[in-house]
Amino acid sequence: MLFDYLLRLADNGLVLAQQLGGWVGKGPVLEEDIASTNVGLDLLGQARLWYAYAGEVEARHAGTGRSEDELAYFRDSTGYRNLLLVEQPNGNYADTMARQYLFDQWHVLLLDALRASRDERIAGVAAKALKEAQYHVQRSADWVVRLGDGTAESHGKMQAAIDALWMYTGEMFAVDATERALIDTGIAADAAALQAPWNSNVDAVFAEATLVIPTDDWMQGAGARGGKQGLHTEHLSRLLAEMQVLPRTYPQARW
Amino acid sequence: MADDLRAVWNALGGVADPEIPLVSIVELGIARSVERTGDGWTVTLTPTYSGCPATRVIEEDVRAALAKATTAPVRIVTALAPAWTTDWIAPEARRKLQAAGIAPPRGEAGVIANAGARPIAFHRAEPVPCPNCGSLRTVELSRFGSTACKAQYRCNDCLEPFDYFKPH
Repeated sequence: MLFDYLLRLADNGLVLAQQLGGWVGKGPVLEEDIASTNVGLDLLGQARLWYAYAGEVEARHAGTGRSEDELAYFRDSTGYRNLLLVEQPNGNYADTMARQYLFDQWHVLLLDALRASRDERIAGVAAKALKEAQYHVQRSADWVVRLGDGTAESHGKMQAAIDALWMYTGEMFAVDATERALIDTGIAADAAALQAPWNSNVDAVFAEATLVIPTDDWMQGAGARGGKQGLHTEHLSRLLAEMQVLPRTYPQARW
Repeated sequence: MADDLRAVWNALGGVADPEIPLVSIVELGIARSVERTGDGWTVTLTPTYSGCPATRVIEEDVRAALAKATTAPVRIVTALAPAWTTDWIAPEARRKLQAAGIAPPRGEAGVIANAGARPIAFHRAEPVPCPNCGSLRTVELSRFGSTACKAQYRCNDCLEPFDYFKPH
Protein backbone atom coordinates (compact mmCIF):
# COMPACT_ATOMS: atom_id res chain seq x y z
CA MET A 1 0.00 0.00 0.00
CA LEU A 2 2.70 2.45 1.08
CA PHE A 3 4.90 1.10 -1.71
CA ASP A 4 2.18 1.91 -4.24
CA TYR A 5 1.74 5.42 -2.86
CA LEU A 6 5.49 6.06 -3.05
CA LEU A 7 5.46 4.93 -6.67
CA ARG A 8 2.75 7.49 -7.41
CA LEU A 9 4.97 10.22 -5.99
CA ALA A 10 8.11 8.95 -7.70
CA ASP A 11 6.63 8.19 -11.12
CA ASN A 12 5.22 11.72 -11.49
CA GLY A 13 8.71 13.12 -11.04
CA LEU A 14 10.46 10.65 -13.32
CA VAL A 15 7.98 10.87 -16.19
CA LEU A 16 7.79 14.66 -16.11
CA ALA A 17 11.59 14.91 -15.87
CA GLN A 18 11.93 12.68 -18.91
CA GLN A 19 9.47 14.90 -20.81
CA LEU A 20 11.32 18.09 -19.88
CA GLY A 21 14.55 16.46 -20.96
CA GLY A 22 13.00 16.34 -24.43
CA TRP A 23 13.52 20.11 -24.67
CA VAL A 24 17.30 19.81 -24.34
CA GLY A 25 18.87 21.52 -27.29
CA LYS A 26 15.57 22.73 -28.73
CA GLY A 27 14.04 25.14 -26.22
CA PRO A 28 12.58 28.36 -27.68
CA VAL A 29 15.55 30.27 -26.25
CA LEU A 30 18.72 29.05 -24.57
CA GLU A 31 17.65 30.29 -21.14
CA GLU A 32 14.40 28.33 -21.32
CA ASP A 33 16.23 25.27 -22.49
CA ILE A 34 18.34 25.48 -19.33
CA ALA A 35 15.39 26.30 -17.08
CA SER A 36 13.22 23.42 -18.28
CA THR A 37 15.99 20.89 -17.84
CA ASN A 38 16.82 22.26 -14.39
CA VAL A 39 13.21 21.77 -13.33
CA GLY A 40 13.49 18.26 -14.74
CA LEU A 41 16.65 17.72 -12.72
CA ASP A 42 14.90 18.72 -9.49
CA LEU A 43 12.02 16.37 -10.28
CA LEU A 44 14.39 13.52 -11.12
CA GLY A 45 16.24 14.06 -7.84
CA GLN A 46 12.97 13.97 -5.94
CA ALA A 47 11.91 10.82 -7.82
CA ARG A 48 15.14 9.11 -6.78
CA LEU A 49 14.47 9.88 -3.12
CA TRP A 50 10.96 8.42 -3.40
CA TYR A 51 12.19 5.32 -5.33
CA ALA A 52 14.93 4.69 -2.78
CA TYR A 53 12.36 4.70 0.00
CA ALA A 54 9.93 2.60 -2.07
CA GLY A 55 12.65 -0.02 -2.52
CA GLU A 56 13.24 -0.15 1.24
CA VAL A 57 9.52 -0.48 1.94
CA GLU A 58 9.31 -3.28 -0.60
CA ALA A 59 12.22 -5.05 1.06
CA ARG A 60 10.53 -4.73 4.44
CA HIS A 61 7.46 -6.61 3.17
CA ALA A 62 8.79 -8.88 0.45
CA GLY A 63 12.29 -9.63 1.72
CA THR A 64 13.96 -8.02 -1.26
CA GLY A 65 13.39 -4.55 -2.68
CA ARG A 66 14.09 -3.20 -6.13
CA SER A 67 16.74 -0.54 -6.74
CA GLU A 68 15.96 2.90 -8.18
CA ASP A 69 17.12 1.74 -11.62
CA GLU A 70 15.12 -1.48 -11.52
CA LEU A 71 11.98 0.46 -10.67
CA ALA A 72 12.60 3.03 -13.39
CA TYR A 73 13.72 0.76 -16.21
CA PHE A 74 12.05 -2.59 -15.70
CA ARG A 75 8.39 -1.77 -15.17
CA ASP A 76 5.95 -1.55 -18.09
CA SER A 77 3.38 1.20 -18.44
CA THR A 78 0.74 -0.72 -16.46
CA GLY A 79 3.18 -0.80 -13.54
CA TYR A 80 3.58 2.99 -13.59
CA ARG A 81 1.47 5.04 -11.19
CA ASN A 82 2.01 8.60 -12.48
CA LEU A 83 -0.82 11.02 -13.27
CA LEU A 84 -2.11 11.02 -16.85
CA LEU A 85 -1.36 14.74 -16.95
CA VAL A 86 2.43 14.38 -16.82
CA GLU A 87 2.60 11.79 -19.63
CA GLN A 88 0.85 14.07 -22.14
CA PRO A 89 3.23 15.05 -24.95
CA ASN A 90 5.39 18.18 -24.90
CA GLY A 91 3.61 19.68 -27.91
CA ASN A 92 4.46 23.35 -28.35
CA TYR A 93 5.83 25.49 -25.53
CA ALA A 94 2.33 26.52 -24.42
CA ASP A 95 1.39 22.83 -24.11
CA THR A 96 4.51 22.17 -22.05
CA MET A 97 4.03 25.16 -19.75
CA ALA A 98 0.29 24.57 -19.30
CA ARG A 99 1.03 20.96 -18.28
CA GLN A 100 3.78 22.20 -15.98
CA TYR A 101 1.65 24.81 -14.28
CA LEU A 102 -1.35 22.52 -13.69
CA PHE A 103 1.05 19.99 -12.16
CA ASP A 104 3.22 22.45 -10.19
CA GLN A 105 0.20 24.10 -8.61
CA TRP A 106 -0.99 20.71 -7.38
CA HIS A 107 2.53 19.57 -6.44
CA VAL A 108 3.19 22.45 -4.01
CA LEU A 109 -0.11 21.79 -2.25
CA LEU A 110 0.57 18.06 -2.05
CA LEU A 111 4.12 18.49 -0.73
CA ASP A 112 3.00 21.12 1.74
CA ALA A 113 0.43 18.66 3.11
CA LEU A 114 2.96 15.79 3.14
CA ARG A 115 5.28 17.81 5.38
CA ALA A 116 2.86 16.85 8.15
CA SER A 117 2.95 13.12 7.30
CA ARG A 118 3.36 10.81 10.29
CA ASP A 119 5.97 8.98 8.21
CA GLU A 120 9.12 10.98 8.97
CA ARG A 121 10.86 9.90 5.80
CA ILE A 122 7.97 11.19 3.66
CA ALA A 123 7.81 14.42 5.66
CA GLY A 124 11.56 14.99 5.18
CA VAL A 125 11.56 14.47 1.43
CA ALA A 126 8.41 16.58 1.07
CA ALA A 127 9.89 19.50 3.01
CA LYS A 128 12.94 19.47 0.78
CA ALA A 129 11.03 19.02 -2.47
CA LEU A 130 8.52 21.73 -1.55
CA LYS A 131 11.20 24.43 -1.67
CA GLU A 132 12.03 23.38 -5.22
CA ALA A 133 8.40 23.03 -6.30
CA GLN A 134 7.59 26.54 -5.06
CA TYR A 135 10.19 27.91 -7.39
CA HIS A 136 8.82 25.79 -10.23
CA VAL A 137 5.24 27.03 -9.82
CA GLN A 138 6.32 30.66 -9.88
CA ARG A 139 8.05 30.10 -13.18
CA SER A 140 5.29 28.07 -14.82
CA ALA A 141 2.59 30.50 -13.61
CA ASP A 142 4.65 33.35 -15.07
CA TRP A 143 4.62 31.55 -18.41
CA VAL A 144 0.90 30.89 -18.33
CA VAL A 145 0.37 34.62 -17.81
CA ARG A 146 2.97 35.66 -20.36
CA LEU A 147 1.52 33.48 -23.10
CA GLY A 148 -2.13 33.79 -22.05
CA ASP A 149 -1.98 37.58 -21.83
CA GLY A 150 0.38 37.85 -24.79
CA THR A 151 -0.40 38.03 -28.49
CA ALA A 152 -3.56 36.65 -30.07
CA GLU A 153 -1.54 33.67 -31.26
CA SER A 154 0.11 32.88 -27.90
CA HIS A 155 -3.24 33.35 -26.14
CA GLY A 156 -4.93 30.95 -28.54
CA LYS A 157 -2.23 28.33 -28.04
CA MET A 158 -2.31 28.59 -24.25
CA GLN A 159 -6.10 28.38 -24.14
CA ALA A 160 -6.05 25.38 -26.48
CA ALA A 161 -3.44 23.70 -24.25
CA ILE A 162 -5.51 24.27 -21.12
CA ASP A 163 -8.66 23.00 -22.84
CA ALA A 164 -6.89 19.84 -23.99
CA LEU A 165 -5.24 19.07 -20.64
CA TRP A 166 -8.12 19.94 -18.32
CA MET A 167 -9.67 16.45 -18.35
CA TYR A 168 -6.47 15.02 -16.87
CA THR A 169 -6.62 17.25 -13.77
CA GLY A 170 -9.55 15.35 -12.22
CA GLU A 171 -7.58 12.37 -10.95
CA MET A 172 -5.24 14.63 -8.97
CA PHE A 173 -8.02 15.06 -6.41
CA ALA A 174 -9.65 11.62 -6.59
CA VAL A 175 -8.96 9.44 -3.56
CA ASP A 176 -9.05 5.67 -4.10
CA ALA A 177 -8.84 2.84 -1.55
CA THR A 178 -5.02 2.88 -1.51
CA GLU A 179 -4.90 6.54 -0.58
CA ARG A 180 -7.88 6.34 1.77
CA ALA A 181 -6.17 3.81 4.03
CA LEU A 182 -2.96 5.85 4.15
CA ILE A 183 -4.81 9.12 4.74
CA ASP A 184 -6.63 7.55 7.68
CA THR A 185 -3.31 6.60 9.28
CA GLY A 186 -1.86 10.08 8.76
CA ILE A 187 0.73 8.97 6.21
CA ALA A 188 -0.68 10.21 2.89
CA ALA A 189 -2.09 13.64 2.08
CA ASP A 190 -5.82 13.95 1.49
CA ALA A 191 -5.87 14.72 -2.21
CA ALA A 192 -9.51 15.79 -2.13
CA ALA A 193 -8.62 18.59 0.28
CA LEU A 194 -6.21 20.04 -2.28
CA GLN A 195 -8.96 20.79 -4.78
CA ALA A 196 -10.27 24.04 -3.25
CA PRO A 197 -6.90 25.78 -2.81
CA TRP A 198 -5.80 24.51 -6.24
CA ASN A 199 -8.92 25.98 -7.85
CA SER A 200 -8.52 29.34 -6.16
CA ASN A 201 -4.87 29.62 -7.24
CA VAL A 202 -5.67 28.49 -10.78
CA ASP A 203 -8.56 30.98 -10.92
CA ALA A 204 -6.22 33.83 -9.95
CA VAL A 205 -3.54 32.87 -12.46
CA PHE A 206 -6.03 32.35 -15.29
CA ALA A 207 -7.71 35.70 -14.52
CA GLU A 208 -4.31 37.41 -14.80
CA ALA A 209 -3.63 35.43 -17.96
CA THR A 210 -7.05 36.29 -19.50
CA LEU A 211 -7.73 32.55 -19.88
CA VAL A 212 -11.10 30.86 -19.58
CA ILE A 213 -11.43 27.96 -17.15
CA PRO A 214 -12.89 24.92 -18.95
CA THR A 215 -16.33 23.86 -17.74
CA ASP A 216 -16.29 20.35 -19.20
CA ASP A 217 -16.57 17.90 -16.30
CA TRP A 218 -15.40 14.82 -18.22
CA MET A 219 -13.11 12.75 -15.95
CA GLN A 220 -13.60 15.16 -13.05
CA GLY A 221 -14.93 14.26 -9.63
CA ALA A 222 -14.25 11.73 -6.88
CA GLY A 223 -14.65 8.72 -9.16
CA ALA A 224 -11.95 9.77 -11.63
CA ARG A 225 -9.53 6.92 -12.29
CA GLY A 226 -6.44 6.75 -14.45
CA GLY A 227 -2.67 6.82 -14.06
CA LYS A 228 -2.67 6.27 -10.33
CA GLN A 229 -4.31 2.87 -10.95
CA GLY A 230 -1.95 2.04 -13.83
CA LEU A 231 -4.46 2.89 -16.59
CA HIS A 232 -2.50 5.06 -18.99
CA THR A 233 -2.72 6.83 -22.33
CA GLU A 234 -0.62 5.50 -25.20
CA HIS A 235 1.88 8.32 -24.69
CA LEU A 236 3.42 6.65 -21.65
CA SER A 237 4.33 3.48 -23.56
CA ARG A 238 6.16 5.52 -26.16
CA LEU A 239 7.97 7.54 -23.53
CA LEU A 240 9.03 4.42 -21.65
CA ALA A 241 10.16 2.69 -24.83
CA GLU A 242 12.65 5.47 -25.44
CA MET A 243 13.69 5.84 -21.80
CA GLN A 244 14.10 2.11 -21.13
CA VAL A 245 15.56 0.79 -24.39
CA LEU A 246 19.20 0.84 -23.36
CA PRO A 247 19.02 -0.90 -19.98
CA ARG A 248 16.54 -3.44 -21.40
CA THR A 249 18.73 -4.23 -24.36
CA TYR A 250 21.90 -4.37 -22.28
CA PRO A 251 20.70 -5.21 -18.75
CA GLN A 252 24.25 -5.36 -17.41
CA ALA A 253 25.28 -1.98 -18.83
CA ARG A 254 27.07 0.30 -16.35
CA TRP A 255 27.93 3.96 -16.66
CA MET B 1 40.39 13.62 20.74
CA ALA B 2 39.60 17.33 20.45
CA ASP B 3 42.56 17.74 18.10
CA ASP B 4 41.26 14.88 15.99
CA LEU B 5 37.87 16.50 15.68
CA ARG B 6 39.50 19.73 14.61
CA ALA B 7 41.56 17.83 12.04
CA VAL B 8 38.41 16.32 10.54
CA TRP B 9 36.68 19.69 10.31
CA ASN B 10 39.82 21.25 8.82
CA ALA B 11 39.91 18.52 6.20
CA LEU B 12 36.24 19.13 5.38
CA GLY B 13 36.98 22.85 5.15
CA GLY B 14 39.46 21.99 2.41
CA VAL B 15 36.81 20.27 0.26
CA ALA B 16 35.68 22.70 -2.41
CA ASP B 17 32.15 22.65 -3.81
CA PRO B 18 32.56 20.98 -7.24
CA GLU B 19 30.34 23.52 -9.01
CA ILE B 20 31.45 26.65 -7.14
CA PRO B 21 35.03 25.73 -6.17
CA LEU B 22 35.77 29.07 -4.53
CA VAL B 23 33.72 28.08 -1.48
CA SER B 24 34.03 24.98 0.69
CA ILE B 25 31.28 22.54 1.59
CA VAL B 26 31.58 23.72 5.21
CA GLU B 27 31.01 27.36 4.21
CA LEU B 28 28.01 26.35 2.11
CA GLY B 29 26.47 24.43 4.99
CA ILE B 30 26.61 21.10 3.15
CA ALA B 31 28.81 19.46 5.83
CA ARG B 32 26.38 19.43 8.76
CA SER B 33 28.09 17.55 11.57
CA VAL B 34 31.00 15.35 12.60
CA GLU B 35 30.60 12.78 15.35
CA ARG B 36 32.81 10.16 16.93
CA THR B 37 31.08 6.81 16.49
CA GLY B 38 32.87 3.76 17.86
CA ASP B 39 36.44 3.88 16.58
CA GLY B 40 35.59 6.07 13.56
CA TRP B 41 33.91 9.25 12.43
CA THR B 42 30.43 9.86 11.13
CA VAL B 43 30.15 12.83 8.81
CA THR B 44 26.68 14.09 7.97
CA LEU B 45 26.20 15.80 4.62
CA THR B 46 23.05 17.36 3.21
CA PRO B 47 22.40 17.91 -0.50
CA THR B 48 21.54 21.43 -1.64
CA TYR B 49 18.91 20.46 -4.24
CA SER B 50 17.32 17.01 -4.59
CA GLY B 51 18.75 16.60 -8.07
CA CYS B 52 22.10 18.26 -7.48
CA PRO B 53 24.52 16.32 -9.70
CA ALA B 54 27.46 17.27 -7.45
CA THR B 55 26.23 15.21 -4.50
CA ARG B 56 28.17 12.07 -5.32
CA VAL B 57 31.34 13.98 -6.24
CA ILE B 58 31.19 15.74 -2.88
CA GLU B 59 30.97 12.40 -1.10
CA GLU B 60 34.00 11.09 -2.95
CA ASP B 61 35.95 14.28 -2.26
CA VAL B 62 35.11 14.05 1.44
CA ARG B 63 36.38 10.45 1.55
CA ALA B 64 39.60 11.41 -0.18
CA ALA B 65 40.20 14.42 2.10
CA LEU B 66 39.50 12.48 5.27
CA ALA B 67 41.73 9.60 4.20
CA LYS B 68 44.61 12.06 4.48
CA ALA B 69 43.46 13.59 7.79
CA THR B 70 42.64 10.47 9.80
CA THR B 71 43.32 6.76 9.83
CA ALA B 72 39.99 6.04 11.56
CA PRO B 73 37.14 4.62 9.46
CA VAL B 74 34.75 7.23 8.09
CA ARG B 75 31.02 6.80 7.62
CA ILE B 76 29.11 9.32 5.51
CA VAL B 77 25.45 9.88 6.23
CA THR B 78 23.16 11.86 3.95
CA ALA B 79 20.51 13.81 5.84
CA LEU B 80 17.55 15.35 4.02
CA ALA B 81 15.91 16.88 7.07
CA PRO B 82 16.18 19.63 7.99
CA ALA B 83 16.34 20.65 4.34
CA TRP B 84 19.35 22.64 3.24
CA THR B 85 18.82 26.38 3.01
CA THR B 86 20.90 29.28 1.71
CA ASP B 87 20.50 30.74 5.22
CA TRP B 88 23.31 28.35 6.20
CA ILE B 89 25.83 29.94 3.83
CA ALA B 90 28.55 31.55 5.97
CA PRO B 91 29.14 35.35 5.74
CA GLU B 92 32.70 34.75 4.51
CA ALA B 93 31.38 32.59 1.67
CA ARG B 94 28.89 35.32 0.72
CA ARG B 95 31.77 37.78 0.42
CA LYS B 96 33.71 35.31 -1.73
CA LEU B 97 30.73 34.77 -4.03
CA GLN B 98 30.21 38.52 -4.39
CA ALA B 99 33.90 39.07 -5.16
CA ALA B 100 33.73 36.35 -7.83
CA GLY B 101 30.80 38.03 -9.58
CA ILE B 102 28.05 35.81 -8.19
CA ALA B 103 25.36 37.80 -6.36
CA PRO B 104 24.83 36.10 -2.97
CA PRO B 105 21.26 35.20 -1.88
CA ARG B 106 19.30 38.13 -0.46
CA GLY B 107 17.16 37.96 2.66
CA GLU B 108 16.26 34.87 4.60
CA ALA B 109 14.81 31.84 2.87
CA GLY B 110 13.22 30.76 6.14
CA VAL B 111 10.35 28.33 6.48
CA ILE B 112 7.14 29.30 4.78
CA ALA B 113 3.92 28.48 6.61
CA ASN B 114 1.03 27.15 4.55
CA ALA B 115 3.34 27.34 1.55
CA GLY B 116 1.21 25.53 -0.99
CA ALA B 117 -1.86 27.68 -0.53
CA ARG B 118 0.01 30.97 -0.84
CA PRO B 119 -1.16 33.06 -3.77
CA ILE B 120 1.40 33.42 -6.50
CA ALA B 121 3.15 36.74 -7.01
CA PHE B 122 3.86 37.47 -10.62
CA HIS B 123 6.59 40.03 -10.32
CA ARG B 124 9.86 39.90 -8.48
CA ALA B 125 9.77 42.10 -5.40
CA GLU B 126 13.30 43.23 -4.66
CA PRO B 127 16.01 44.04 -7.21
CA VAL B 128 19.27 42.10 -7.06
CA PRO B 129 22.31 44.42 -7.00
CA CYS B 130 24.91 43.80 -9.70
CA PRO B 131 27.97 42.15 -8.09
CA ASN B 132 30.24 43.98 -10.53
CA CYS B 133 29.09 47.61 -10.28
CA GLY B 134 26.46 47.61 -7.52
CA SER B 135 23.70 48.94 -9.79
CA LEU B 136 20.11 48.04 -8.97
CA ARG B 137 19.11 48.29 -12.63
CA THR B 138 19.30 44.55 -13.19
CA VAL B 139 16.93 42.15 -14.93
CA GLU B 140 16.33 38.45 -14.60
CA LEU B 141 17.15 36.63 -17.85
CA SER B 142 16.30 33.14 -16.70
CA ARG B 143 15.06 31.57 -13.51
CA PHE B 144 17.95 29.10 -13.77
CA GLY B 145 21.61 29.81 -14.46
CA SER B 146 24.76 27.74 -14.79
CA THR B 147 23.68 25.46 -11.94
CA ALA B 148 20.34 24.51 -10.33
CA CYS B 149 21.05 26.82 -7.38
CA LYS B 150 21.49 29.99 -9.45
CA ALA B 151 19.43 32.28 -11.67
CA GLN B 152 20.76 34.31 -14.58
CA TYR B 153 20.70 38.12 -14.49
CA ARG B 154 22.00 41.03 -16.53
CA CYS B 155 23.04 44.47 -15.35
CA ASN B 156 21.60 47.28 -17.47
CA ASP B 157 24.34 49.70 -16.37
CA CYS B 158 27.60 47.82 -16.80
CA LEU B 159 25.87 45.40 -19.22
CA GLU B 160 27.55 42.37 -17.63
CA PRO B 161 25.56 39.15 -17.20
CA PHE B 162 25.86 37.56 -13.78
CA ASP B 163 24.67 34.60 -11.70
CA TYR B 164 22.40 35.10 -8.70
CA PHE B 165 22.52 32.50 -5.95
CA LYS B 166 18.77 32.03 -5.34
CA PRO B 167 17.46 32.21 -1.77
CA HIS B 168 16.31 28.66 -1.07
